[in-house]
Amino acid sequence: MADTIKVDPKDKPRIGVFVCHCGTNIGGFVDVKSVAEYAKTLPDVIYATDNLYTCAEDGLVSIREGIRKHNLNRIIVASCTPRTHAPLFQATCESAGLNKYLFTFVNIREHCSWVHMKEREKGTTKARDLIRMGVARARLLIPQEEQRVDVEPSGVVIGGGVAGMTAALSLADMGFPVHLVEREAELGGFVKNLNNLYVTEKSATDTIKPLIEKTKAHKNVKLHLGSQMKSVEGFIGNYEIVIGAKGAEDIKAKVGTIIVATGALEYVPEGLYGYNQYPNVVTLTEFEILCKKKALPKMKNVAIIQCAGSRGQVKTYCSRVCCNVAIKNAINIVDNYDNMLGLAEQLGTVIEKVPVEQKVPEEIIERRRRRRGRERGEEGEADEVKLGPSEKIEVTVFNRDIMAYGVEHELTYNKAREKRVKFVRYTTDHLPRVYMEGNQLTVGYFHETLKLERTMPVDMVILSTPLVAQPDAGDLSQMLKVPLGQEGFFLEAHVKLRPVDFATDGIFVCGTCRGPADITEAVTQASAAASRAAIPMAKGYVQAEALTSVVDENKCSGCGTCIQVCPYGALRKSEKGLAEVIVAACKGCGCCGATCPEGAITMTNYTDAQLLAEAKAALQEEV
Amino acid sequence: MTKDVMVIGGGIAGIQAALDLADKGMIVHLVEKTPSIGGRMAQLDKTFPTNDCSICILAPKMADCFSHPNTNVITYAEVVGVEGKVGSFKVKVLKKARYVDETKCTGCGECLEKCPSKVPSEFEMGLSNRKAIYMPFMQAVPRVMTIDKEHCTMITKGKCGNCKKACKREAIDYEMKDKILELEVGAIVVATGFDSWDPSSATEYGYGRYPNVFTALEYERMINAAGPTHGHIERRSDKKRPIKMAFIQCVGSRNPQVGHPYCCSVCCMHSTKESMLAREHHDDMESTIFYKDMRACAKGFWEYIERAKRDYGVRYVNSDATVQENAETHNPIVVYDVGGRQQSEEFDMVVLATTLVPRKETLELAKVLGLKADEFGFLESSERILEFGKTVVPGIYLAGYAAGPADIPESVAQGSSAAAKAVEAIVQAGG
Ligand SMILES: Cc1cc2nc3c(=O)[nH]c(=O)nc-3n(C[C@H](O)[C@H](O)[C@H](O)COP(=O)(O)OP(=O)(O)OC[C@H]3O[C@@H](n4cnc5c(N)ncnc54)[C@H](O)[C@@H]3O)c2cc1C
Ligand SMILES: Cc1cc2nc3c(=O)[nH]c(=O)nc-3n(C[C@H](O)[C@H](O)[C@H](O)COP(=O)(O)OP(=O)(O)OC[C@H]3O[C@@H](n4cnc5c(N)ncnc54)[C@H](O)[C@@H]3O)c2cc1C
Ligand code: SF4
Ligand code: SF4
Ligand code: SF4
Ligand code: SF4
Ligand code: SF4
Repeated sequence: MADTIKVDPKDKPRIGVFVCHCGTNIGGFVDVKSVAEYAKTLPDVIYATDNLYTCAEDGLVSIREGIRKHNLNRIIVASCTPRTHAPLFQATCESAGLNKYLFTFVNIREHCSWVHMKEREKGTTKARDLIRMGVARARLLIPQEEQRVDVEPSGVVIGGGVAGMTAALSLADMGFPVHLVEREAELGGFVKNLNNLYVTEKSATDTIKPLIEKTKAHKNVKLHLGSQMKSVEGFIGNYEIVIGAKGAEDIKAKVGTIIVATGALEYVPEGLYGYNQYPNVVTLTEFEILCKKKALPKMKNVAIIQCAGSRGQVKTYCSRVCCNVAIKNAINIVDNYDNMLGLAEQLGTVIEKVPVEQKVPEEIIERRRRRRGRERGEEGEADEVKLGPSEKIEVTVFNRDIMAYGVEHELTYNKAREKRVKFVRYTTDHLPRVYMEGNQLTVGYFHETLKLERTMPVDMVILSTPLVAQPDAGDLSQMLKVPLGQEGFFLEAHVKLRPVDFATDGIFVCGTCRGPADITEAVTQASAAASRAAIPMAKGYVQAEALTSVVDENKCSGCGTCIQVCPYGALRKSEKGLAEVIVAACKGCGCCGATCPEGAITMTNYTDAQLLAEAKAALQEEV
Repeated sequence: MTKDVMVIGGGIAGIQAALDLADKGMIVHLVEKTPSIGGRMAQLDKTFPTNDCSICILAPKMADCFSHPNTNVITYAEVVGVEGKVGSFKVKVLKKARYVDETKCTGCGECLEKCPSKVPSEFEMGLSNRKAIYMPFMQAVPRVMTIDKEHCTMITKGKCGNCKKACKREAIDYEMKDKILELEVGAIVVATGFDSWDPSSATEYGYGRYPNVFTALEYERMINAAGPTHGHIERRSDKKRPIKMAFIQCVGSRNPQVGHPYCCSVCCMHSTKESMLAREHHDDMESTIFYKDMRACAKGFWEYIERAKRDYGVRYVNSDATVQENAETHNPIVVYDVGGRQQSEEFDMVVLATTLVPRKETLELAKVLGLKADEFGFLESSERILEFGKTVVPGIYLAGYAAGPADIPESVAQGSSAAAKAVEAIVQAGG
C-alpha cells in the first residue's frame, strides 16, 4: 500500500475521470472517447481517459498511475453500478494512498447506455451531463475516517430445524459459542412430521436423531427450547438480545451475529380439490403422518394432485420439493403399502381425516387397469410385468411438470415409472376435479392426448401443497429489520451472489424460511450462513463505512421523528434527550435527514452542498 | 499441522470458497487449470432469474479473489499428487509453463497482433479464433498472456519469435519449464465444475451437420456484446439474423441411451433466459421452447417462466423434438409431437440445451485425492442428506457443479458451505 496522501478540504481539487467502455456495453452506444475529452474541459479536472474495462487489472493500474503521476486527489469512474463495483474502485484508490471517500461513481451504463441503446447522440449527451454532475460533487468531497467496531465472537441462531441445528453446530465446531432458540419444546422442525426421506429412503426421525443429539451435547451450543426472541437491539458485532420462554425469566445475551432459520409450513388447501369436504382427501404431510403411524386405510386406487395451490393457483411460486416428495410417497405406496397399513388393520384405527374406507371390487380394479393399459396402447404388456407385493394398488400423479431436477430425483422418477406409478399431465386450462359420485370419491380430469374428459374412482386423494412462509415471519422481520420478499419468505441480499446474506451486515438466513428447499439444500445453506457469519467473528472487528447521518445538536429538538423512520434502528435518544446516531448501524440511507423537521440531520459524504452542486450542474446548459 | 487451505477449481464455487476462507484470515491456495479464474460463469451473457450481466457481477469477485492479501491464485496449474491427511495434506501442484512471466506481463496486448498462429478459442466455444499467445477473455484474471505451446511455431519448430520482439517488457521466455510446487494445507475444497456435452453424436439434432444448429453455450457467447459476433445473433450459413428461434431441451440429458439419464437442473431456465434475451436484442424475434418438463423450481423461477410467456412472448411446447433441415435455405426444421400427432415447423435457428457433464479430468483428480465419483463422473458426498459436500476423505470437501447439477446461487452457497466445513475440520484437527 502506498503512503497515505494527505488531502486538506481546502486544497484545490485535482480530479481524474476514468470513462469506461465496458467492452461494448457502454462503448457500443455512447461515444466514450468524446465523453472523456469533454471531461477534460470541466473545472478542476486534471486528467481524463477512457478504458476498455476500467475494472480489469489494466484499468485499475491506470487509476493508480493517474493518482501518482498527476497528483490526483479526487477520482471519478464513469462506468457501471456502485452496487457491484464501488468497493473495487475504492480499494484501488486506497491502494494508491487516496482516501476512498474521495472517489465518486458515475453510472453511465444502467443509467445511460443501456436505456439509450438506440439513441447514440442523446446517450452521449446524457453521459456528459452525468459526468459534469459527478465532477460538481467530487469537488466538494472530503476525506472521511471509518470507525472500527469490535465484534463479539458469538452468535444466535433462530429456529431449531435441520437448518438451524446445522448452522449452530457449524459455528460451534468453528469454536464460536452460539445460542439456539427454538420455540417448540423439541428440536427437529418440520422433519419431525415426516415418514421417510427421499434419496436414502431411511426414516426421517432416525436420520435427524444424531444431529439433534450432537446439538444437545455440544459444549458451545446453548439451547433455548420453548423460547422465542423477545427483542434485538444493536448492530453487527454488538447485538443485545433477549430470549424469552413462557413462565421463565428472560435471558439476556450479547452476540456478534444472527442467523435466521425459522423454516416454513405447508399450505392448507382449504377450498381446493374437496379438502376438508370429502373424506380421504389429505395433504402430503398428513399422508406422511398416516404412513408414519402405520395408519393408512385400505386402498386400491390413489390419486396425488401436484401443484395444489402453487404455481399461480394460490401462491405464485413452485415449491420445489413436493414433486419429489410425491414420487417418494408414490413409491412408498407401491412398495410398502402392506407394511404401512398393518397397524391400522390390526387396531382398526380410524383417523379423523380419513374416516371412510372405500372397498372397490377387485375385478373392477382389474378391468380398469386393462382399460387404461389399452388407452396407453400397452395392452398385453400389463399382465406380463411382475408386480411387487402391492400389485393391486394403483397410484396416479396428476402433474403440470415433474420437478425431478438433478441426478437422484430424475433417477427416482424413472424408478417410479418402472414401478408403474402413472403420471398424468394436466394444464391450468383443465384442472383435475375431485368430487363424490354417490359414495365414491372420484377424480375427473382431461386426457391431454385423447382430448377427452375422464373419470377415475379413487380411495384417497393426496394434495401436494406448497411450503408457505411462517405466518409470523413479519414480526421477526421487523424485529431484526430485515426484509421479506415475495410471498413472505425472507429476502436475501443478492439472488445470485449473496444467497444467505441479508443486506444488513451481521444477519444471515438459511433453510425454508428463505424459500422452498429440501433438507440437503437447507443444511448446505445453513453451513454457508455459518461460514458467512464466522467472517466478522474470526476477524474480531468490522470497519463501518463513513457514510452516516450526523445530528446537529444545536438544531435537534428531540422530537424523535428520525428514530421512528430509521429502518436500521440506528438512532436513539441520547442522555440529553436528543437524537444520537449509532454509527456502526447506520447505513446512510438518508431517511432520517429527509424527515427531520428541524433540518438537523445531514449525511457525511452526501452533504446538502454536494447534492445541490450536483443538481445545479445537471441544470446548467452545456457550454 | 497448518491452517492453510487449498481450493481446486476457480469457477464461482471455488472463488466463493476461497473468499470466505481468506476473509476469515486463512491463507488460501486457489489452483485453476486454465489461464484465468472465472469458470463457466465468465462465459455466460446474462444470468437468470434477474438477467443481470454475468461477467459484470463476477469480475469484481475475480479481482477480489486475486488481490486478496490472503490468497495465492495459481493459474494454469493442476494438482498431481496428494499425501497426508486432514491438518496436513502435502499437495504437489504442476504449474505449467505459460512462457510468459506473470510478474512482467501487463496484458497490454502488443504481442497479440504479431502472432501468426490462429487457434479456435475455447472461451468463445470455437466461434472465433485466438492466437497462440492469448488471454482467454478481456476480463481474465490474472491479466497476463499465455502461450499455447502446441500452436506456437517458435516452440514447436523454432520459427517465429514475433511476440518476444513485440513485447517491450521482456515478459516472454520460450525456455520456461513446467514447475512442481509443493504446498502443505490443512483442508481441500474441490470445485472443478462442468463441461458441455458435444451433441454431434446424437444425429437426430443435426448438430455439426446443419449449420444453423447451435449449442446453448455457443449462443451465450454469440449474444454477448464482448463475444465473437459482438452480440449479433447470426446464422452460420449466411450470417443473417434469425427471427424464428427454437430451443430444444434435454439434448442428451434425461436420456439413458446416451448415458446421461439425469437432469442438468439449469437448462430449462437458461433456455428461457436465452429466449428472453433474443427478444431484448430485437423486438421481432420469436422463440419456441420444446421441453419435457419445465423445471423451474427454485426461488423466483416459476415467476420467471410466467414473465417469459407474458412479457417476452416465449412459446412453450411440451414435446420431444428432433431436427431436420431444409437443404436449400439451411433452415432447421423441428419435428415434434402434439397430442399424439407429428408436426414439423421451420425455424431460422435452433439452440440445443445439451447435457452438462462433469469434466473428464475430474475423474483423474478424484483418483489422486482418493475421492469417489458416481457412474456419471460427479464427485460423491459421503453423507448425502445432512452433510452434502463431505467426502470419504476427512478434510476434503466438494462444491459447485462437480458435485452434481447446481446453478449459480447453489454453487455459491456450496462454496461457502465447503469453506465452513474446511474451517471446522482444521479447528477440530487442532489447528
Ligand atoms: C410433506 C413434506 C415431505 C418432505 N419430505 C422431504 C424429504 O423426503 N427429503 C427432504 O430432503 N426434504 C423433505 N421435505 C422438506 C423438509 O421438510 C425441509 O427441507 C426442512 O424441514 C427444512 O428445514 P428448516 O430447518 O429450514 O425448517 P423447519 O424444519 O421448518 O424448522 C424451522 C424451525 O424453526 C422454528 N421456528 C419458527 N419460527 C420461530 C421463531 N420465531 N422463533 C423460534 N423458533 C422458530 C420452528 O418451530 C421449527 O422448529 C419435505 C417437506 C414436506 C412438506
Ligand atoms: C448455457 C448455460 C447457461 C447458464 N446460465 C445460468 C444462469 O443464467 N444462471 C445460473 O445461475 N446458472 C447458469 N448456468 C449454470 C452455471 O454455469 C453453473 O451453475 C456454474 O458455472 C457452476 O460453477 P462451478 O464453479 O461449479 O463450475 P465452473 O464454472 O465449471 O468452474 C470450474 C472451474 O474449475 C476449473 N477446473 C476444472 N478442472 C480442474 C482441475 N482438475 N484442476 C484445477 N481446476 C480445474 C475450470 O477450469 C473452471 O475454472 C448456465 C449454464 C450453462 C451451460
Ligand atoms: S408439485 Fe412440483 S411443480 Fe408443483 S409446486 Fe410442487 S414441486 Fe413445483
Ligand atoms: S441515515 Fe438511514 S440508517 Fe442512518 S440513521 Fe438515518 S435513517 Fe437510519
Ligand atoms: S507478453 Fe508483453 S506484449 Fe504481450 S501482453 Fe504481456 S507485456 Fe504486453
Ligand atoms: S512465438 Fe509463438 S506465440 Fe509468439 S508470435 Fe510466434 S507463434 Fe505466436
Ligand atoms: S433442466 Fe430442463 S432441459 Fe435440462 S435436463 Fe432438466 S428437464 Fe432437461
